[in-house]
Amino acid sequence: MQLEYFLLLAAALFSIGIYGLVTSRNVIRVLMSIELMLNAVNINLMAFSNYLDPAQIKGQVFAVFVITIAAAEAAVGLAIVLSIYRNRDTVDMEQFNLLKW
Amino acid sequence: MLLLPLSASANVALVASLNLAEGVQLVSLILLGLIMVASALGVVLLSNIVYSAFLLGLTFISISGLYILLNAGFVAAAQILVYVGAVNVLILFGIMLVNKQEEFSVIKNAWIGKAATAAVCAGIFGLISTMVLSHPWAISTQTAAGDNAIEIIGQHFFSDYLLPFELASVLLLVALIGAIVLARREFIPDAEVAQATSLTLPERPRELVAAGARDDR
Repeated sequence: MQLEYFLLLAAALFSIGIYGLVTSRNVIRVLMSIELMLNAVNINLMAFSNYLDPAQIKGQVFAVFVITIAAAEAAVGLAIVLSIYRNRDTVDMEQFNLLKW
Repeated sequence: MLLLPLSASANVALVASLNLAEGVQLVSLILLGLIMVASALGVVLLSNIVYSAFLLGLTFISISGLYILLNAGFVAAAQILVYVGAVNVLILFGIMLVNKQEEFSVIKNAWIGKAATAAVCAGIFGLISTMVLSHPWAISTQTAAGDNAIEIIGQHFFSDYLLPFELASVLLLVALIGAIVLARREFIPDAEVAQATSLTLPERPRELVAAGARDDR
């Protein structure tokens, strides 16, 4: 029964992350919401690794890969935010219309 | 006949201790889950973004506690090192660098979008939870790797996941260089080259006291 608890927690965290991703106006809060969603996926991987495949724990290997990619994503994302802030002098998501037609 | 109640009581004690361990696990799972969900809601809903960043650190720490409950000490340590130590500090640096208290322009009927998003997120949560609760999971009965997890992860990294491992290191290098190139200033303002005539320490000159002088007070 414990597997379901972890999966439900991960689902709640993922939903909170999606809500923050859509409704936030500050760019840095959007990055934080993306981190929340990546962590929800990690909880899923670890729970499956412990309850469905405890002998050769491949889920933990994938979780380590996800942590690596998330660190790289945070660094590049913050660099992009700094660059846009220097050009536009704002962190409002509603005023970033560089890629709109 | 005398041994039977003894062994029965020992059995009862064993079962009780097992139940105690499971109870401790359940209570800590509930506590960590409550802390995690509450601080994640704080990250999303609080208006001050510095509070959000610190609550994000709390979320990461409680997720690391969940990993310890899942018999994964190595990933729990990596979670604290990488997320709390690197990503959270990086986000705090980003907040301090983009330190601008700006009032966002008010958008008309913004609450409709927020309510629709909340409804969609609740729907996603409902869908996922019904799927999780209705699916018959094939729970394995093998013993968990436990403390041998580090060795098993290392063997995976250097045998069957060698290519993704090397690709991850290349990706980290690419991200490092890309972040430096993106965040670097385009032009360096010409610094006024101040030619100091002599190197002097900015401190108050001391009163010189003659050697061997005695003050007669």
